[in-house]
Amino acid sequence: MALVQIENVSKFYQTGEVQVKALQDVNLSIDEASFVSFVGPSGSGKTTMLNLIGCLDKPTEGRIFVDGEQIDAFNRRQRAAFRGTTLGFIFQAFNLFPVLTTFENIEYPLVMIKNESSSKRKEMVLKVLESVGMLDQKDKFPDQISGGQKQRIAVARALVTRPKLVLADEPTANLDKKAALNVIRLMRSMRDEFKTTFIFSTHDPGVMEEAEIIHTLEDGKLLDRKQNQEEKK
Amino acid sequence: MIRIFKIAFRNLMRYKRRTLLTSLLITLGLLMVILFSGLAGSFKAMMVGQITDSNLAQMQIHKKGYVSSIDTMPLHLTLNAKAYKTVEKILKENPDVSAYAPRIKLSAMLSNFAETTNVRLNAIDPEKEIKVCPNVSERMKFSADQSPDILLKQGEIIIPKKLAAGMNIKIGDPVVLVANNKDGSVNGLNFMVSGIIESVLGPQGKEGYMHIEDAQSLLRMEKPEVIEIALRVKEFNRLDAVYADLENALSTYKNKKGKPAFEIHTWEELSPFSNISKMIDFMAITMKLIMMAIVLISILNVMMMSVYERVREIGTMSAIGTSPGKIMGLFLAEGLSLGLISVLSGNIIGIIGIYILNIYKIRFSFGRMDNLLLSPTISFSELFWVSATVLLVSVFASLQPAHKASKMEPVDALGHV
Repeated sequence: MALVQIENVSKFYQTGEVQVKALQDVNLSIDEASFVSFVGPSGSGKTTMLNLIGCLDKPTEGRIFVDGEQIDAFNRRQRAAFRGTTLGFIFQAFNLFPVLTTFENIEYPLVMIKNESSSKRKEMVLKVLESVGMLDQKDKFPDQISGGQKQRIAVARALVTRPKLVLADEPTANLDKKAALNVIRLMRSMRDEFKTTFIFSTHDPGVMEEAEIIHTLEDGKLLDRKQNQEEKK
Repeated sequence: MIRIFKIAFRNLMRYKRRTLLTSLLITLGLLMVILFSGLAGSFKAMMVGQITDSNLAQMQIHKKGYVSSIDTMPLHLTLNAKAYKTVEKILKENPDVSAYAPRIKLSAMLSNFAETTNVRLNAIDPEKEIKVCPNVSERMKFSADQSPDILLKQGEIIIPKKLAAGMNIKIGDPVVLVANNKDGSVNGLNFMVSGIIESVLGPQGKEGYMHIEDAQSLLRMEKPEVIEIALRVKEFNRLDAVYADLENALSTYKNKKGKPAFEIHTWEELSPFSNISKMIDFMAITMKLIMMAIVLISILNVMMMSVYERVREIGTMSAIGTSPGKIMGLFLAEGLSLGLISVLSGNIIGIIGIYILNIYKIRFSFGRMDNLLLSPTISFSELFWVSATVLLVSVFASLQPAHKASKMEPVDALGHV
């Protein structure tokens, strides 16, 4: 069953008198618990695609369904609520809150969005911290850990609310090759553990090979869908 | 809620120098208001106390038209025994009136047998006067064997300090008073100076004191007459309400021309200090407005900078599902926390400042009043309202930046460079 259904979606931006066609007539579906990558050169529409699926932006044309909900029809408040309950985000620059410890960063969505009790929060955060192998770093602040560790915390923060879909825009762009592969493999193992769908964008060939399904974008058009051998097995 | 304030506090501590400087500025503003309110409030209370408790009394009742011609001290605008009893009945029926005292105001020539000068006198019933003006004896200096509670007996006079110094009159000296009565004839009586009184601010502040029965004899009043009835209320903060009640009761009595027979005035209408008092109040309000402007501008500035510096962070909050209301709450809590830190430090330093000023009391002169000691105090309610104002303005100043943060589109905020 498709978790994400995109129908005839286009997104145009107006910059001065010039209209930029970021996405043009895209149709695609993404199944539950899949590990999907969008690849393509800069300006191909990867980030726009993730923003539209992630309820951060609205399409100019077409419809988008996520988890059975037509998200392009949501108002601002509905989009925020949907992001909080159904989606998780991992950012290129990690985007951890510098004033919070790693534990508190992961706990943040549970406090501000889910309103979970203190004991439940602790249990959930410790579990996910253990899953990403960062339990011993729980009291450190973001500026006290490495880039790879920050992205692990970001993965943990994205997963702590048990979202159905995690979106990651260039999650390895700020990491060295080894750390990048570690993060991508962590994301895949989290998919296996939590059955969460992961969609990420990258232009790193080493990283994109880790994806099970690769969608190639160019000039806002979906060119190709490639299924990796590993998934076929 | 606690978590929101915890995050807000940590965000403030991210920019320690900026937070410290802003907090210091607000603290100074608050300190300025606390010290000014303490000093000005105490000065006002002391002066009003001096005027009402040792000279004018809190309210005065006269025959209609007396106050408008008070400078000439007219002797024909007196209250006869019947009028006095009428007023007395009204005062006794009012439960808020604690005491009243009859007075005669007169101008006379005072001679020490070597020199003669003009003197304004307040003729009083000593037992009643002390109840209306309980601190009047504090301005008086008596001979060692005289009790301040008695004030003076018949045949005695208390003269103003400057006059005594000018004419070289001492306590125990004999003097002669010569006065015109209302028919224009002159009469003179011998008196003994029993005390010397310090001047106090206001038109009646340089008067000497004599016994009311001596004044009636000097002025050859065949029947007891009074010029003024001074009165005191039980609770000073109910002065205006009591005044309204008494004015209403007195207005029912008319003279032969059908016009009101009596007039009643509060100390504010009789003393020029009421204008100074209003100026002090105005200055206190001005200080508070300046403080509010300091709080408003400094917190607005800090919060606007805070929002602009953390656009991506706001985008992250919004992207992971934080509602606009909670984002707004986070920034409001930050502004409120900054105000709260400043209020706490401002109050602590302000109270210490007041305490120090009370240890080293400020000595000053005002008009003809010397050696006044100022002991500043500030009430809890004043502190509360000043603090509440700062906190309210802090929240108000944070509203616009917080609103701006809550309205940011996550896609734009995340792409902010």
